[in-house]
Amino acid sequence: MRFLLIIPTVFILVTTVFVLMRATGDPITAALGGRLTPDQLAERIQAAGYDRPILVQYWEYLSGILTGDFGTTISDNRPVTEVLTTYGAATLELSTYAVLVALVLGVPFGMIAAYRRDLLPDAVLRVLAILAYATPVFFAGLLLKLIFSVWLGWFPVAGRVSTAGEIEMRKAGADSGFMVVDALATGDPAVLLDVLSHAVLPSLALGLLTAGVFLRLVRTNMISTLGTEFVVSARSRGVKERRLVTAHAWRPALIPIITVAGMQIAMLLVGAVLTETTFEWRGLGFQLSEYLQARDFVAVQGIVVVMAVIVAVTNFLVDVIAALVDPRVRY
Amino acid sequence: MTAPETQGAPPPVPAAPEHLQGRGAWFKRLPVVHQVRQSVGLQRGMLVTGLVLCAVFVVTAVGARWIAPYGWSQLRTPEGAFGAQQPPSAEHWFGTTVGGYDVLSRVVWGAQTALLVVIVAVTASIVVGVLLGLVSGYFGGWADRVLVLVADAVYAFPSLLLAILLAIVISGGQSSMWGGVLAAALSITVVFVPQYFRVVRAEVVRIKGEAFVDAARVLGTPHRRIMTRHVLRNSVRTLPLIVTLNASEGILTLAGLGFLGFGIEPTAAAEWGYDLQRAVADVTSGIWWTALFPGLAIVLAAMGMTLVGESLNDLADPRLRVRSRSRKVAGAVAATSVDAGSDADAGTTGPSKEES
Amino acid sequence: MSTSRVAHIEDLAVSFATDAGPVRAVDGVSLDVAPGEVLAIVGESGSGKTVTAKTILGLLPETATASGAVVLSGHDGAQTDVVHVSGAELRRVRGRDVAMVFQEPSTALNPVYTVGWQIAEGLRAHGKVSAKEARRRAVEVLRTVGIPDPEQRVDHYPHQFSGGQKQRVVIAMALVLDPGLIVADEPTTALDVTVQAEILDLLRRLRDETGTAIVLITHNMGVVADLADRVAVMYQGHVVEEAPVQELFADPQAEYTRTLLGAVPRVGEGTARAEARAASRPEGWADGEPVVRAEHLTITYPGRFRRPGFTAVDDVSLTIRPGEVLGLVGESGSGKTTIARAVAGLQPVTSGSLRVLGTEMRGARGRALAGMRPRLGFVFQDPATSFNPLLTIAECVAEPLVVHGRAASPAAARGRVDELLEAVQLPRSYGDRYPHELSGGQRQRASLARGLALDPELLVADEPTSALDVSVQARVLELFADLQAELGFACLFVSHDLAVVDLLADRIAVLYRGRLVESGTGAEVLGSPSEDYTRRLLASLPVPDPAEQARRRVSLATA
Repeated sequence: MRFLLIIPTVFILVTTVFVLMRATGDPITAALGGRLTPDQLAERIQAAGYDRPILVQYWEYLSGILTGDFGTTISDNRPVTEVLTTYGAATLELSTYAVLVALVLGVPFGMIAAYRRDLLPDAVLRVLAILAYATPVFFAGLLLKLIFSVWLGWFPVAGRVSTAGEIEMRKAGADSGFMVVDALATGDPAVLLDVLSHAVLPSLALGLLTAGVFLRLVRTNMISTLGTEFVVSARSRGVKERRLVTAHAWRPALIPIITVAGMQIAMLLVGAVLTETTFEWRGLGFQLSEYLQARDFVAVQGIVVVMAVIVAVTNFLVDVIAALVDPRVRY
Repeated sequence: MTAPETQGAPPPVPAAPEHLQGRGAWFKRLPVVHQVRQSVGLQRGMLVTGLVLCAVFVVTAVGARWIAPYGWSQLRTPEGAFGAQQPPSAEHWFGTTVGGYDVLSRVVWGAQTALLVVIVAVTASIVVGVLLGLVSGYFGGWADRVLVLVADAVYAFPSLLLAILLAIVISGGQSSMWGGVLAAALSITVVFVPQYFRVVRAEVVRIKGEAFVDAARVLGTPHRRIMTRHVLRNSVRTLPLIVTLNASEGILTLAGLGFLGFGIEPTAAAEWGYDLQRAVADVTSGIWWTALFPGLAIVLAAMGMTLVGESLNDLADPRLRVRSRSRKVAGAVAATSVDAGSDADAGTTGPSKEES
Repeated sequence: MSTSRVAHIEDLAVSFATDAGPVRAVDGVSLDVAPGEVLAIVGESGSGKTVTAKTILGLLPETATASGAVVLSGHDGAQTDVVHVSGAELRRVRGRDVAMVFQEPSTALNPVYTVGWQIAEGLRAHGKVSAKEARRRAVEVLRTVGIPDPEQRVDHYPHQFSGGQKQRVVIAMALVLDPGLIVADEPTTALDVTVQAEILDLLRRLRDETGTAIVLITHNMGVVADLADRVAVMYQGHVVEEAPVQELFADPQAEYTRTLLGAVPRVGEGTARAEARAASRPEGWADGEPVVRAEHLTITYPGRFRRPGFTAVDDVSLTIRPGEVLGLVGESGSGKTTIARAVAGLQPVTSGSLRVLGTEMRGARGRALAGMRPRLGFVFQDPATSFNPLLTIAECVAEPLVVHGRAASPAAARGRVDELLEAVQLPRSYGDRYPHELSGGQRQRASLARGLALDPELLVADEPTSALDVSVQARVLELFADLQAELGFACLFVSHDLAVVDLLADRIAVLYRGRLVESGTGAEVLGSPSEDYTRRLLASLPVPDPAEQARRRVSLATA
């Protein structure tokens, strides 16, 4: 039943964004004020309908969202929906890599830290996790860029693919937006290598931050599960310490881990916005900061609403998964 | 079970528990001092490192005017202009930025901005969050349910995006030093309020079910008295931990705002995130000093607070607290018994927590 | 000698690192366990009995340090000193030579795995076993411990079993490798008394059928009398007496053992006192206005999301007259605590009528209760949580006086507070201590002082001694009886323990699943129970006398 809370949650999010964006006035003035004459401004405002009562606009906004219409950007006059579909794939791709990095590093090392608790491996891992958490993702990005791109020249500085690779893709007619998929479609291993080398540093920057969070999460939950009586009970029957960690404690610890990890999706998206800006990775985050610079609040509103809804929906799905893992809920 | 393996040599254990030898000096019972004394080994290392980093941060922030060689928006001395993108030198230890500012000075002054923002944000969010959490959790009902729903929704909202929206609303994105500090702080406040609300409310709901609150209710104690005398003080005991963790999150959010161009104008105050944004292009051309130093400042400040918060968290939880262990069987039986001799009922407080 | 024992403990000492420095929990303990024997280790909290038990399996936490020797003998005659052995060796011994049954079955089972999987894990830890074979043996052992339909139940998760069944599963997990020794740490403490009787029966049967020796850790002398062959009494980390069970109960040697046995409440002890009190009541006392009158009282907890609610109290009628003690007895889930809370105005009444001190509680809120509140006192079950940890004892005891305007501030109330502390036999200086600086028994005395601060006409006591050790309980109950006789308040005394209720109560009411099954004087209810459930409850309660308990067991089995 609590799953139904997703509906009011999304409603609250959508409304919050609307109220905040309108509290400053109409978007046309915000974007173009000072560049147009007052008459021209008034004309644009009237044409876009921002002079009507706020409740009417709110209603229009809500029904627009239901039909997938988020309005039209002011700065480059594109439907926001088109912006979302064009750049969404890039953000999804980056987030996927980051989550993979986080899972590969965070989960096993979190288990090791919990198992070797308060010993040297734990201390080292914890300090690294705190370091990962305390480092702003854009600073981590800049450092990686400085060392591996500028000084060592191992990876490209920015972007998702080189111009040559892009031409290859266009020739092959691949435009899914997922660079790896498109590169595979060209059938040229050089293009794939090109795409992957572009992805390494941004994925690491965002993935390390997320890995720090995961490590901490896994460690804390494993420690508290390892202290439960059912683990002592299994130990009393001669089950190996290693198996206590990997089976007896891991499954029960997984339930809170999944739930909390789901809540970190918001943090991941924020990280993605900053990483994309640092590496000129042309995704939703990069576009968002571009539109923010241009004070194009229609576009900002659309992107923020979509991100907030993605977070809410992900949390909902995560709750469902956690419930599926837990037999006490299942039966 | 043989002597358990220990990491390095444990520090020498005092011969008898300190609380049995009178109360000790007053300063030993101060909040943080107490925890430092309580901690051992690695945990103490983490806590002390964190405290040192925090102290350096606060001292730098407070003493910025004496520490910084130049002003945060100073471009020249009487001898001439600093010049843009100058590498580190005797005059400019950390070099100069693309805008021609002294990097060291901006790093030092940036600490002041960060400290101000963190203090305002944390104070404001505690006041609002605790008040709402207390009333909502205590009285329950539909208002509580709505507040929980809203808090959960805002909590799930990507924090930096929410802060950006608020920064736009509050200041239009650019302003003077105090305006900018307040705008940034209030934006962060709104992000934090749901966290305090959730924590305090959960504690209030838990404490409301405790027998001592029932005892007050049986007496017909007025709600206001129950809330202030029994519930409030018991439910805010975990806040210091969250405060330290939030302070570091506040610094990171402020830097994120600055990095996306919603910080404080360079002429109004120094802000690390803004400086990093200006440094993105520098890095591509191999100019490292404009990015490295403000970035390190963020990392060290945030890390110091996180270390303190995590250590306090561990120390507050008896299951996570490490105690010094001896290799020999030691101690007296029932040495912790609170009333040796006066009354034989040892009751439910035995010397060992392992007893049921 | 070495061949005729499964465990040999010699000069065992264990200390723990605590915040206050090292503390010795066990000191100089030496014990032997013969094959097929039940050795009971009895003691109160802090006596070191659980630590001793855990040492046998090498399960001490990392904060502990042990010295001495605990030698286990396996079926093959191999001997292992658990204190000085390597981790891998220790692991091989666990489950094979010695296994453990835990106190709380709901936490000893992993909630996310089936019981069959958990049983199989023990098998797999000691050699290769095929999945099919593991399952067969799991089914077999579940059948041995009396789980019906083991073929289906083997695939169920722990939460699908009742509390007693869970404990059977825990026993099955201990049993599956056929260890020579089972250490049972308070195996029935978390269970209701009727379920306890079944589990004790099961343990006895297993010992008889498999020849497994059992080390039984318990604080309950009735359980000892029921199951043990030999008894070791522990006090403050030492074994103070060790004797065969008949000898120990018939002729205890150590002073502490005598105190302990004397403190155990026995059914029938209070009957004479209750009769004396009844005889001294004035004429027409029974016709006076009762302080509590419940008529068809029903209390329902609302269900969430339109699911049906749970009826905790169902159509209960009872009265308490001035100065009378009503003992309310029942197992967990019987609704006894709900009634106590409703009488104190902490729980709304769903239907029927409940009049307390002249106030109708049904639908009453806030101001309507103001007149009755100062006339009612409450003593809570858990002494650990019934005081605000941030206030001193004196401030807590003064709270009723301040709230009801009898004193302007806690400081002004101090005179009366000191009187109250003295009345409950606590030194005045304890008023300046914080709750955590008092022991459980002392806190419960302070709780009584707080309950009596306003000199109430009615005291509600909700399991006031169930968290206390038996010797502490005896003194608190005695104090309670003295104060009641002196001050003459009426009392609703709630307990799960028939013997405790019998000590104090003028009349006893027995609850079962929210319904009142029987009520009357102690002599009526306990002497000649008319209801099946009351009889079963009485029969399940083990008496602290091995000979008597053996007789009862036979008659219970034949009945």
